[in-house]
Amino acid sequence: MSASQSVKKIIEINPYMLGTMAGGAADCQFWHRNLGVKCRLHELANKRRISVTGASKLLANILYSYRGMGLSVGTMIAGWDEKGPGLYYVDSEGGRLKGTRFSVGSGSPYAYGVLDSGYRYDMSVEEAAELARRAIYHATFRDGASGGVASVYHVGPNGWTKLSGDDVGELHYKYYPVEAEVVEQEMAELPVT
Amino acid sequence: MTKQQANWSPYDNNGGTCVAIAGADYCVIAADTRMSSGYNILTRDYSKIIQLADKSVMASSGFQADVRALQKVLASRHLLYQHQHNKQMSCPAMAQLLSNTLYYKRFFPYYAFNVLGGLDNEGKGCVFTYDAVGSYERVGYSSQGSGSTLITPFLDNQLKSPSPLLLPAKDAVTPLSEAEAIDLVKTCFASATERDIYTGDKLEIIVLNASGIRQEYMELRKD
Repeated sequence: MSASQSVKKIIEINPYMLGTMAGGAADCQFWHRNLGVKCRLHELANKRRISVTGASKLLANILYSYRGMGLSVGTMIAGWDEKGPGLYYVDSEGGRLKGTRFSVGSGSPYAYGVLDSGYRYDMSVEEAAELARRAIYHATFRDGASGGVASVYHVGPNGWTKLSGDDVGELHYKYYPVEAEVVEQEMAELPVT
Repeated sequence: MTKQQANWSPYDNNGGTCVAIAGADYCVIAADTRMSSGYNILTRDYSKIIQLADKSVMASSGFQADVRALQKVLASRHLLYQHQHNKQMSCPAMAQLLSNTLYYKRFFPYYAFNVLGGLDNEGKGCVFTYDAVGSYERVGYSSQGSGSTLITPFLDNQLKSPSPLLLPAKDAVTPLSEAEAIDLVKTCFASATERDIYTGDKLEIIVLNASGIRQEYMELRKD
């Protein structure tokens, strides 16, 4: 598929859970939607919301059963349940990790650099959002395969909200404004002979 | 010991290009009518466009045998939907159905590059663009097929709309009138025909709006 600057890489599984997309777009879209269906069925069967632990395990088990068949999924499941906030990394190799911060995709090393140096567990929401935005911006700056719009979402006890969506070209000049240069000598027209 | 390579492929590429543009209250879907195989032209008069529902039209380039099979599956599923729900499928619903149909053959894909165009539930134009295994996105315009590399940069220049991911949201539908959009499509194909050997012969244009559906043809270079 030809490149697009506006592919939705944050998938809304349900009003209180988000999934990120890296790897095969169709694989991520399809299996995240399937996960949303399974989460809803869990709610109907058990009369309560599924935990982030449970949701991420459902996805990981599906991907593990397709291991070796060529699926390409590198995703983070972020949500809020009775135990508070939950974040899991799940991939198509069958890996599943719980953590407080992750970066996934071709630009992830660049994002990790910014993320790890600025992270504190007791950050405020605004500080965390700005750190995430900067991490994405720096990844798009150095990685040819990353770019477009940096979206930032917040997941809280009442579900997720979208905080911002900024064009990374505009973020660049916001973080690194161009100062007017002092012109020492202007170019002059050569006299016509 | 090197891995055994297949000496036969179940796929072929019949070439061709498809374009769709969404407007405030219309949608233009267009495709050329040339069907090729390698350096041969199989026919100059083959339609790649099908009307799946009242307000959904699909254009597909790629392997036309797979395209035809896909069209039949979707038409059949739409008929079932009509029997069960006593109404036509909306374009966004058809878009999701197409995505799932493509993904069900994830490990032996339909070699079809699709563009779905139509009117959404509010009567606004919508275009959905797909890859071969079902990943899809709603966009303001799209091009697929052999001429897409020539047409897409031109459409980006003429129609580039703000990304739907931006917050605060900016309106993405093209401000062009229906007549201007049709003219733009004709220009795209005239140019693509010049440089892409698989695009040419005739251009089929379908226009969907509140008054219904309309079909137009334009001659293209046959060389």
